[in-house]
Amino acid sequence: MTRVVIVGAGIVGAACAYYCARAGLDVTVLERQAVAAGTTGAGEGNILLSDKAPGPELTLARRSTELWLELAETLGVQSLELDRKGGVVVATSAAALTALTAFAAGQTADGVPSEALDPAALLAAEPHLATDLAGGRYYPQDLQVQPMLAAARLLAASGATVRLGCEVYGPQIDGGGITGVRTSTGPVAADHVVNAAGTWGGALSERFGAPVPVLPRRGFVLVTEPLPPLIRHKVYTADYVANVASDDAGLQTSSVIEGTRAGTVLIGASRERVGFDRTVSLPAVRNLAARAVRVFPVLAQMNLMRVYAGFRPYCPDHLPLIGADERVPGLLHACGHEGAGIGLAPATGELIAGLVTGAASTVDPAPFSPSRLVGAPA
Amino acid sequence: MTEFSFDGRPIRYESGQSIGAALLASGIRSLRRTRRTGASRGLFCGIGVCFDCLVTIDGVANERACLRSATPGLAVTTQTGTGHDELA
Repeated sequence: MTRVVIVGAGIVGAACAYYCARAGLDVTVLERQAVAAGTTGAGEGNILLSDKAPGPELTLARRSTELWLELAETLGVQSLELDRKGGVVVATSAAALTALTAFAAGQTADGVPSEALDPAALLAAEPHLATDLAGGRYYPQDLQVQPMLAAARLLAASGATVRLGCEVYGPQIDGGGITGVRTSTGPVAADHVVNAAGTWGGALSERFGAPVPVLPRRGFVLVTEPLPPLIRHKVYTADYVANVASDDAGLQTSSVIEGTRAGTVLIGASRERVGFDRTVSLPAVRNLAARAVRVFPVLAQMNLMRVYAGFRPYCPDHLPLIGADERVPGLLHACGHEGAGIGLAPATGELIAGLVTGAASTVDPAPFSPSRLVGAPA
Repeated sequence: MTEFSFDGRPIRYESGQSIGAALLASGIRSLRRTRRTGASRGLFCGIGVCFDCLVTIDGVANERACLRSATPGLAVTTQTGTGHDELA
């Protein structure tokens, strides 16, 4: 039986484990810390089509959305806390609304439906929104899961051997190809190794002598005290899309706001390239809070309970790395999904399983091939 | 006067004591009821992190009893719900 070692027990590693095991492979997952200890546990669990422009990432996201719905059937909606809440994108100005409308037209042509909301329709959809917004759009296909729960359920359902507290030091190589990995708890034999180390995938790739550029892009999430259900959809401002696509290293913020089952409201999204610095930035927090209040004035009277930080795995061209590394036979990468890892995980896992077994895949893996970034400056 | 009230009952406190500490010293451990099942909650971390010891003070909900200093005449009451139930 072909042995696959997956490094990383975040959502992408868990999905790779699930689809590789389903394809009949012998799967072992090695994780330095704990399940969902990295970026998976620091986000909001978004599965979005609304923020993606037509192109390879949207194709992957569409397939992934299908697979998430299939997983909810198989594993249970409750066990993933999958919520088909839909997304509402709001425009704070006429110019932003024009850009949003044009963006949505391109998406519609690519199979992502959305519906224009005038100010009255916006308030009908989200009664606590500011009353002076220019308009917005409703995206019925946007979903949310509880990401830590989803990673744990996928791992458990895979039946893979999972070793936590196991750090991978590098490959064992014989005759030019990988035969296993060296770890803090001894060697593990493998025919294929999948780098699913997320934001730490760059560092791991160096240990394999096959560096790929994955950089941390810090984000904060603000958590309010538990509230009655005030916010029904995932709500964000149209400038979020431009921020995601930007290459700027400085602080950028847009408003991404949603309620959770527990009653807390989560407020994002900031982006900064400051390395792995976890220090809470008061300017970033203030900026996020002010923007959230601009969209939902009711939030001005609420307390914040917590702020947490996470590091998105940023690739210079904003596409994930999914596929074989030609420099080290047997090594595959499945990392660099930036802020879309939860959404893109199942389709990534399916692609990796297909690449290992040679089975035909639903999505063309070529645009995600790591070879496009080999030698690229990080 | 070194008293405030909790659900109408006078609570004596020492200067500098938090509301949570004074209530605990008076044998009162239940400060709020949980949103869904109505279970009792009180001081847990005692340092402002856990948000378990929420009380209503002079009509303002979601105050942490462990962080607020006791002052004369405060009307502290057991909190039920989110404190924002009028918005639901």
